[in-house]
Amino acid sequence: MIGIIDYGMGNLFSVGKALERLNVPYLISDDPDTLKQADGLILPGVGSFYDAMALLREKGLLDLILDYAKSDRPLLGICLGMQLLFDASEENGFSEGLGLLKGKVKAIPPQGKGGESYKVPHMGWNKLRFQKRSVLLDGLEEDHVYFVHSYFVDEMEREDLAASAEYNVEIPAVVSKGNVYGMQFHPEKSSRLGMSLLKNFTGMVYEKESLR
Amino acid sequence: MITKRIIPCLDVKEGRVVKGIQFLELRDAGDPVELAKAYDEQGADELVFLDISASHEGRKTMVEVVREVASELAIPFTVGGGINSLEDMKRILRAGADKVSLNTAAVLTPALITEGANYFGKQCIVVAIDAKYDDSLGSWRVYTHGGRKPTEWEVIDWATEAVSRGAGEILLTSMDADGEKKGFNLPLTKAVSEAVTVPVIASGGAGNASDFQEAFEQGKADAALAASIFHYKETSVMEVKQYLKSKGVLVR
Repeated sequence: MIGIIDYGMGNLFSVGKALERLNVPYLISDDPDTLKQADGLILPGVGSFYDAMALLREKGLLDLILDYAKSDRPLLGICLGMQLLFDASEENGFSEGLGLLKGKVKAIPPQGKGGESYKVPHMGWNKLRFQKRSVLLDGLEEDHVYFVHSYFVDEMEREDLAASAEYNVEIPAVVSKGNVYGMQFHPEKSSRLGMSLLKNFTGMVYEKESLR
Repeated sequence: MITKRIIPCLDVKEGRVVKGIQFLELRDAGDPVELAKAYDEQGADELVFLDISASHEGRKTMVEVVREVASELAIPFTVGGGINSLEDMKRILRAGADKVSLNTAAVLTPALITEGANYFGKQCIVVAIDAKYDDSLGSWRVYTHGGRKPTEWEVIDWATEAVSRGAGEILLTSMDADGEKKGFNLPLTKAVSEAVTVPVIASGGAGNASDFQEAFEQGKADAALAASIFHYKETSVMEVKQYLKSKGVLVR
């Protein structure tokens, strides 16, 4: 069973529906004790970093996620959920994140070096460039996925970067370190490639489960 | 780099797609879910559903349609038409839509844009603008109520205002170009696209694939929307994209 963390932000419905299309059982919950049992966890999210951290803390989900990350079971952050995995964010000043990955969330600069302007949010289909081998990318080819975000992860460890996209700056798109994974784009809205990425994630969850 | 988006628009009335759609041999040409899937397969980057139901019952049906489409579709979609309150937005977004589009309600109650943006994030809030050239204004005037009512707003002023209030995207329809199939309104599109910091979807006037190229290159649009040329099989999303690719426009 995959657990989807419901902390009041983000479109849980579309992530759930995507798992249904893959025939993967899941539950949506805000209860740490229930989520603790899951074979894999998904942390979705849309909205502000600060609000999200406050809600996670309030609902007792912060410790759950940190404890879960210490187990060998896979944890996947999607969109804001990926950004939350990092040290901190500059959104609305400064907010501390989960600190599972090293890096800082910053605003996408709206102007390029040559003075050209970039619309923010970075909204639409952008091409993934694979940077390292990762279970998530197994058997897949570089293609477009759907992004909607105004902030990006900067100053991260190169070795944690599995795929990136270009939008004025290099946008970390798929990150992984041990059992902690993140996707900046919306795999559940990214047509075939998005579904394949989710399939690789859930495939790994069940492979690990069968080994346990 | 980010690609230019091609967005088919479907008019939904009382839960059924209206305007005959002929591009595929569908069992049921009025089923929004079947049509959405067909457009997805053609390579549409996103879809817009415009609820043109006249009745309260029809609006309730739309929520069901959204739920079904969200179950089947793995691309983003926007729902517009009849969204007048935060409650309406919640209903549609919780049913699985990715964005809602506000038109008349945004002009009548601009605070609604901010309310929606604060609650769901800017990226969920599209402000749709219907604009028509006005000699006395020397510019384009904003219309509401499906293009029936002129407002006091000049289009650039309103687009800038909407963005400052939290609109994450502008869906810009040229009433002059709409239905003419002679191409998008390039001066209007360019003026708005250069004035705002969020993506602009050009709408109204698409007749063939080269019109899309112009909307992107001269109109500076980030996305372009069309209805009838796709519905009536005059061209397909795939054909438009192949053409754009051959002209060096970045598409998925």
